[in-house]
Amino acid sequence: MQPRPLVLKILDFASVIVLAVATYLALVFAPTEAVMGQVQRVFYFHIGTAWVGLLGFIIAALAGILYLVTKDARWDRFEVAAVEVSTLFFFITIVLGAIWARPAWNTWWTWDPRLTTAAITELIYIAYFMLRQGIEDPERRARFGAVYTLLGGISAPITFMVIRLFRTIHPVVVGSQSAAAQGGFSMTSDMKTAFFFALFAFTVIFIDMMWHRIRLGNLEDKVEQLKLKVSM
Amino acid sequence: MYLETIPDTSAYMIGGYAFAFIVMGIYVFSMYLRNSNLKRDAETLETLQAEEAKKSGTKKNKS
Repeated sequence: MQPRPLVLKILDFASVIVLAVATYLALVFAPTEAVMGQVQRVFYFHIGTAWVGLLGFIIAALAGILYLVTKDARWDRFEVAAVEVSTLFFFITIVLGAIWARPAWNTWWTWDPRLTTAAITELIYIAYFMLRQGIEDPERRARFGAVYTLLGGISAPITFMVIRLFRTIHPVVVGSQSAAAQGGFSMTSDMKTAFFFALFAFTVIFIDMMWHRIRLGNLEDKVEQLKLKVSM
Repeated sequence: MYLETIPDTSAYMIGGYAFAFIVMGIYVFSMYLRNSNLKRDAETLETLQAEEAKKSGTKKNKS
């Protein structure tokens, strides 16, 4: 395996720094929300992880298209990396949402349109790994994976738009929300600073994790090829 | 008199942030673990490959 490039080393360092700053801004710098109290601070990481989660699913769908067009295995590894890192972040989003919902809505979970589509999206991508595990032939696995992420990618914009199109209790931060929404709040300028920095921080962390996962994919590919050579 | 107090929901906040950091930590550790396992596998396979190449080279020389 090639040694870690300098840019990646810098990105690793930057990820730690931006995560620390984002945590400080969310926990200390941003003011306490008057109605919900401290739990509202979960919102900064909830949105940050949701942003990179949904973005990664779209990126995976694009990588899937590129794989189907070029048949280049690098796009398959890129797609796997995007799905894996996004599934992780989206899982954090869902759990943070449930933690916020308990004091705000008086329940951990409700089958609201946003929560339902988010749960379906997460399950779609967990199933993606089960699908890949079940296919032995690397080329077939990559082809099926590409088509799957292409179809699965539709769930990301649906999840994003659902609170803007249907009657839901999930608040909308940007744009107009449903009349039934509960737990919404207007952001002060300090809250906006913490919010936008969290988006930036998770974008940096996402790129860093993706890069590491792609390198891991390259190594997996190398080992698979060596196994084939040795067994021949 | 109407008293307005902010509810104490700090336990949820701590729980949320602890969860996010633990999950991210586990993922980073899993990547490190998978990376070192794969590196070891690659080294073993490369050694095996070199040994096989050596053996086939000796056989050719004898014949």
